[in-house]
Order: sequence, then structure tokens, then C-alpha cells
Amino acid sequence: MAFELNGKTYETDEEGYLINLGDWDEDVARFLAQQEAVALTENHWEVINFLRDYYNEFQIAPAVRVLTKAIGKKLGADKGNSQYLYELFPYGPAKQACKIAGLPKPTGCV
Amino acid sequence: MADLEFQIPKFREIAEVPAIGVGAMAHSRPHVANEKIQEALGYQTKLDADWQTTHDKAIGKFGELLGKYRSLKVFMDSCVHCGACTDKCHYFIGTNDPKNMPVARQELMRSVYRRYFTLAGKMFPGLVGAKDLTKELLDEWYTYFWQCSECRRCSVFCPYGIDTAEVTMAARNILDTVGYGQKYTNEILGKINKIGNNLGLPGPALENTLEGLEEDLKEDTGFDIKYPLDVQGAEVLLVTPSADFFAEPHIESLIGYGKVFHAAGISWTLSSYASEAGNFGLFDGDYAMMRKVALRVRKAALELGVKRIVVGECGHAWRVAYAFWNTLSGLGAGAKDPFAVELQKQLDPRHKQPTHICEFTWDLIQQGRLKFDKAANDHRVITFHDSCNVARASRMGDHPGGQFDIPRNIIRAVANKYVDMAPETIREVTFCCGGGGGILTDELIEARIKGALPRMEALKRVVDEHGVNFMAAICAICKAQFTKVLPYYGFNMRLIGGVHQLVSTAIRLGNEQ
Repeated sequence: MAFELNGKTYETDEEGYLINLGDWDEDVARFLAQQEAVALTENHWEVINFLRDYYNEFQIAPAVRVLTKAIGKKLGADKGNSQYLYELFPYGPAKQACKIAGLPKPTGCV
Repeated sequence: MADLEFQIPKFREIAEVPAIGVGAMAHSRPHVANEKIQEALGYQTKLDADWQTTHDKAIGKFGELLGKYRSLKVFMDSCVHCGACTDKCHYFIGTNDPKNMPVARQELMRSVYRRYFTLAGKMFPGLVGAKDLTKELLDEWYTYFWQCSECRRCSVFCPYGIDTAEVTMAARNILDTVGYGQKYTNEILGKINKIGNNLGLPGPALENTLEGLEEDLKEDTGFDIKYPLDVQGAEVLLVTPSADFFAEPHIESLIGYGKVFHAAGISWTLSSYASEAGNFGLFDGDYAMMRKVALRVRKAALELGVKRIVVGECGHAWRVAYAFWNTLSGLGAGAKDPFAVELQKQLDPRHKQPTHICEFTWDLIQQGRLKFDKAANDHRVITFHDSCNVARASRMGDHPGGQFDIPRNIIRAVANKYVDMAPETIREVTFCCGGGGGILTDELIEARIKGALPRMEALKRVVDEHGVNFMAAICAICKAQFTKVLPYYGFNMRLIGGVHQLVSTAIRLGNEQ
């Protein structure tokens, strides 16, 4: 599977996750978000950037608890919970946010 | 919630057998594993270009399994199509597709069995309903054997005791062999073989996550509750589903385990090498794969020198641990290879090996070594969802039915308000969550939502009549599945949680009065 954007072709897996993580840029994120019917705000970007930083360090997306804690520190304690993350990414913060951030899908019993 | 292209089933006033919808789920197909995923597991990477080759390989594998597992041959021969199983399957109840009747699902395989492995079927196929294996039929296997969660509820009602899950496992084993594997399950098996857990969580990330958890708990409770990793000489090795490190509500039970070890003063450790209790090798009935996964636990136990192995809240993991670990890995009596014998000598014979975390906690409660403030759970009205692999394929404690009673005993010891769901939906006849056995993947969301119907109906009754607001489970798949499907039926996704989440809320950590 693949999609085209700005004259370039991007490969994805069956579920729309980027195959080559290096392909990601902000335009790609905006495109993927549009596919998911998510309108990106600054708060979405905080999550996306944190996910990417964490992934670069650990080669895996952060646990939901690690993410909520980090977002709580950045955006205020009232936003440091999974309910807030579900408001940003209705299909689930782990899977949908990872897709838009250009990271692989978390697998297992999650 | 994303827009769905299908209707959410309505709650039924009377739980009658649904009208049949022929082909209602014929379109359901999980993603096929790609060549890279198949190759990593040593399976054929894709279907052969010519059908005859695939056909011969499939029939060859079928014959091999019949020779190896007498049980499979008995299950192929002994069904009399009485129909006792038809309305017992949550996928049939929720989807109306007659091929989701367990008898019809198995007939996809039995018809092939008769054609190639019985005299009557070889000579007069038309008379005995024997069928040639065609590409179309193999595709149907792929569609319908991936709409079975191997929960074995139908087996409870089978007068011949046919283990229907074993039939599904055999079909999937054949599909894997011919290069027709399922992406979700096989990708995860690749990750555990390479990294040590289903998530693909590398050691440093696990360490970071556990450190963060320790900091949080220090802040929340004031106590130094530790999550030790790779500690040589610890008494207990805990193996738990990696979802416990990652997801919600799973992590709340991990917090509970840590508090239990802390309060009881028992040294324990997790292993970065064996950081997964789950064993998806079971789902495709591939004994060699299951053994490969299980041997990671043995290696970790030998290296760390632990005396006990405790298994966290994971349904099929407990089935594998309880029923297969002894001969797979020598954990428990059975295997006779030198490593198994060494492990059996190392483990403390005064304890059950392995021990379920619920057995572990319940033993401590009975010994008076844990104290609780039950009122801390008073904001919850609790019910318990029996997970199928624990309920129908294992046991806890030392009396029949312990796997039903012990989790409930724990809940009653830590909380004041508990009610059971309807008796025809719990204990040995419990309904599956709808996501077990390799079904917990996004592209099967229709089967998952529809298959959850009977459990959701039973839950609805106790919510309406008793104000239930917490359904406890001891399975990572159940927790993830319910978190996803509860909202489609009008419930809050936070209604699902773990038994040790309740323990965590009420346990007294220090010497406070």
C-alpha cells in the first residue's frame, strides 16, 4: 500500500502505518491525520513530538502512563490523563497517535 | 469512534437463537502475514503460485497432524452433527452467520477430512458430504477459523466432548504451513522471539518504564514500592503480559502485584529476557513455536536462580503455564532433559510451580499476611468476567472450581460490593470477551464488537439492576478488548479493570492502623 503527497510516494502497511520511518515529516503527519479525521492542534503536536523523541531514544512508543505523565508536565495536570489523550486521538492514543507520528503500531494485547 | 460500516447488535429482550444470515461475515478476513513475518518464524513465506502444490502441502500437513494428534482424528470422526453447540458461540449469536456455528465452522475442515482420509469419502464423496480442498475452501478456512477465539464454550455443551479449539488450531497450523499466516499473531511471535515480549519493548525501555512507575508510586503512597528487573537470586520470577507495562487499565494490576510483593516482604524480579507471559504459539497449535516461546522463561529462571515462578493476569498464558509448561520447559514435573531437571531441582517444592498471581495473593490473604481497607473500594460495584482460558482450560488452588472461586474470593476480601453476572454467562460457561485467541486486531473489529454481544447483555443486566461500575478480569486480551468495545454498547471504557487493580486500591502498605 502507498499514498502520494507533494509528488512523492510513501509506502505504508495494510493499516496505513508508514513503512519507512525516515519518510515522516510534518506534511506527512498532516496528511495521515486528515485520513484519520483528526484536526491537528498545538496540543496534538506536543503528543506527536514527545512520541517521536521517545521512540528515537527507546525504539518503541512510550507506555500510555509515561505519555500521560509527560503531557501532564507540559500542558498542565488536568491534561495528564488518558481521557484527555482520547479526546485528542479518539481511536486510542497509542495506535492513532503512533500512526500520525509515523511510528509502527504497538502490538500485543493492547 | 470511527464510522462503522455495520450495525452494532441490539440488546435482545430474550436471548433466543438468532435468525440465520447466510454469508453475513463472509467478507471478514484478517491481514495476511507478509513474507518477512512468515520467514522469521520459519514458515513458508507465501502461497505457492500453482494451486496443486498448495493443495498437496495442505493435505500433507493435515495427514501429519492426524498422525501426531490422535485427539484431532477423534474430533474429526466423532461429531454427529447434533447441533448442541450451534447457539453456544458468541460469534454466531452476534453475527448470525451460520458458518460461525461451531459445528459448521468445523465442517469446513471435516468435509476435507472425509474426502482424503476416510474410505467412504474417497469412494463416494457426494454421499458423505466430502469435499475436495479448493482455493475457495481454503479461503473460507482463513475467514472462519479467524472468527473463532478458541474459547471452548461450545465444547462444554458437546456430548462427545469435542475440543473445538483444537480443530481451529489445527486449521491455522495448516494455513501457516502453506504460507497463509495471519499478520497479527505471527508478527507478535516474531517480536517475542527477537525482543522477548509481544509489544517489542526493548530492555532499556522496560527499565525506563519501571523506574517511572516507582517514582509515581513513591509520590502517591510514600512507600518505596520496587519493580526489580533482572535481579539475581530473587525468590520469585514474575512473568506477566507485556501489555501490563504499556496499556491501561493493565498497568493498574502491575501496580497491584508490586504492592502485594512489597506488603508481604517477598523478594521478586521481572526478567528483561522473558518479559512476556503470553504465548501466541498456542493460537495456531504450533507446539514447536509454543516451546520456543516457553523456553525463554526457563532460561531466565535458571539464570536468575529464582525459587518460584508466578504468572500475572493473562488468560491463555495461564493455560500454557498450567497445562503445557511442564513438558515444554520442565517448569513443573514432566520434562526430563538436563535443563528441565536442573530447573526442577532449583525450584522450591513447597510451592505450586508455576503459581498464578491470584493463587499467590489469596495464599497470603489466608495466612493473614496482607491487610486491606475494604472501604477504599466502596466507590465501586464490582462484577467478575471469567476469562475463557482460565475458566475452561486450567485450575487454581487445590479444589475443583478454584479458578472461579479464588479471583472472587480476592475481590470479596478487598471490596464490599460484589455481584455475579447471570449464571449461564459465568464460570465454566462464561462468554468470551470476543477478542481472544488471535482475534484482537483492528481489522477484525466487526467480529470483535458483534462477538461481545452476549457478555455485554449480561453486563447490562447487572449495571441496570445493581449499579455495577467495574468489571474485573484477569486477562490482558479481555482488558484491551473491553476497553475498545464497551463504548459501542454505551458503556464507559473505564468499566473494565484487573483483579489486582482492586487489590492495589485497598491494600495497606505499612503498619498504619
